[in-house]
Amino acid sequence: MKRPPVVTRAVERGLSPFRGKRAAHLLPRARLGGPMPWVIAIMVAITVLATAGGLALSNLVARASGDLASSATVQIVDPDPRTRSAQAEAARDLLASDPVVVSVAVLPEDEVEALLEPWLGAGAEDDALPIPALIELRLRDGSSETELARLADLLAEAAPDARIDAQSDWLAPVLSALSTLRWMAFGLIALLAFTGAAAVWLAARNALGSNRDTIEIVHLLGGSDDQIARIFQRSILLDALVGGLLGLLAGFAAVLLMGAQFAVLDSGLVAGGGLDRLDWMLLALVPLFAIAIAVYTARMTVLSSLRKML
Amino acid sequence: MSAPESEIVQFDNVGLRYGTDREILSNISFTLFPGRFYFLTGASGAGKTSLLKLLYLAQRPSRGAIRMFGTDVITLPRERLPAYRRRMGVVFQDFRLVDHLSAFDNIALPLRVSGVREADLQGPVTDMLEWVGLGHRAEARPATLSGGEQQRVAIARAVIGRPDMLVADEPTGNVDPEMALKLIRLFEALNRLGTTVVVATHDVHLIRKVPDSLIMRLDKGTLADPTGALRYPPRRVEAGR
Ligand SMILES: Nc1ncnc2c1ncn2[C@@H]1O[C@H](COP(=O)(O)OP(=O)(O)O)[C@@H](O)[C@H]1O
Ligand SMILES: [Mg+2]
Repeated sequence: MKRPPVVTRAVERGLSPFRGKRAAHLLPRARLGGPMPWVIAIMVAITVLATAGGLALSNLVARASGDLASSATVQIVDPDPRTRSAQAEAARDLLASDPVVVSVAVLPEDEVEALLEPWLGAGAEDDALPIPALIELRLRDGSSETELARLADLLAEAAPDARIDAQSDWLAPVLSALSTLRWMAFGLIALLAFTGAAAVWLAARNALGSNRDTIEIVHLLGGSDDQIARIFQRSILLDALVGGLLGLLAGFAAVLLMGAQFAVLDSGLVAGGGLDRLDWMLLALVPLFAIAIAVYTARMTVLSSLRKML
Repeated sequence: MSAPESEIVQFDNVGLRYGTDREILSNISFTLFPGRFYFLTGASGAGKTSLLKLLYLAQRPSRGAIRMFGTDVITLPRERLPAYRRRMGVVFQDFRLVDHLSAFDNIALPLRVSGVREADLQGPVTDMLEWVGLGHRAEARPATLSGGEQQRVAIARAVIGRPDMLVADEPTGNVDPEMALKLIRLFEALNRLGTTVVVATHDVHLIRKVPDSLIMRLDKGTLADPTGALRYPPRRVEAGR
């Protein structure tokens, strides 16, 4: 009688861990066939877009409020053009020597006219309505209301007709609206992350259901929970990598497109809603989070199902 | 490694019920010794498969004590059970082959699960395929194999790792008498290498082919001991309880 060809006891076990390629072929190779990569791609693309929106709004709010807080306008309303320009020059000299003031510029008269044209019509200088002289001020960062009040006092003598306005006063409602929008964007990201996790959870459970037999067989042959979970983690990791990459590319493309369109709009006062390098790096983290959620969910789903078996 | 005469399996007053039904198995007590060849007989529906499920750790009993390889497996933490399952080879009544794996990969599966190197398993798996007459079907998926061929793959998978105990549930139900005899010879050869064999069958001819075998008979969920070879009732397990 020939000896049966069994593996002898001398063969060492546990040398070659049951994972990676050795384990992967236990699941049918239906890459890209299932909904998994697409679900992840869509979730990542939308989340990237929402995150980019939130970050751009954040930057915009930060820069705009910074700009507004550190800039002010001085108006000199005097019907007589000669005293008006004299006052403007005096005010400029005074302001230029003040330590809080970073830069000061008297707007040329034709520029002021151009600014007022939409309201007054062309050739307004012939009318009785006097054109004010405008001085744009840029203040040191962190300058406060009291600084502005001090500057107003300073000007009172040399330019009695000067009125100083902080731009932040009249833009405050816009800023608060932008900031609300920003929080809504972050709320949206949180909701998307939750929905994405739920979609991944369902897909993982689905994959588990159609492979229940395989899981049970490996379980009965002495596969540990961890070994079996790893098989699914790997499969979902590959799906999530493909989906995450696709989603990131789609999301980036959409962000760049939106950015280009907003750049065309270029609303002078509130420019600077762009993304800096750190923001792009944050966006690139979105698919990593998606992959982590996917793999973690797959593991937890498989483990909880295995715990129902002896 | 168990000492020669220490028991490999001990059931003590084991009962099993599915859900809230009546007990399928009642007052099951027996002892299996290493290196012996056991047949489990009984009419269809007597509870053979249920008893084997307890044996290969797929099912928890509703009452009673079970010790395997010297350990109380009822109170053993779940995560320590895989190590015990790896010491067993199981031929399931419904084969339980993995659909999308080839015959070769199905047979190699228990070896891969227990971490045998690829280089160490290629030879034995190929030889085993030859042994069960499926050398030419190594790459075939189970769905393309006949019932008898699937059964041979299932048997090859159960014995390939040279388990301490082989549990086979009607392993010759789908093969012709000649192949049935060949498979029983495989079990005997494995048995001579030291593996304890438990075969559930109601084929009397098959039982006669293994002269030294011990027989357990299930009748309506209780165990009879027609050969008197089983210690029954078993010595009570009191140490360490
Ligand atoms: N999972 C289950 N749930 C409920 N009843 C079961 C289950 N498995 C088996 N049974 C019942 O237990 C009895 C014994 O079945 P089984 O152990 O398969 O017997 P045998 O293998 O001897 O034919 C049968 O009456 C069967 O209907
Ligand atoms: Mg049965």
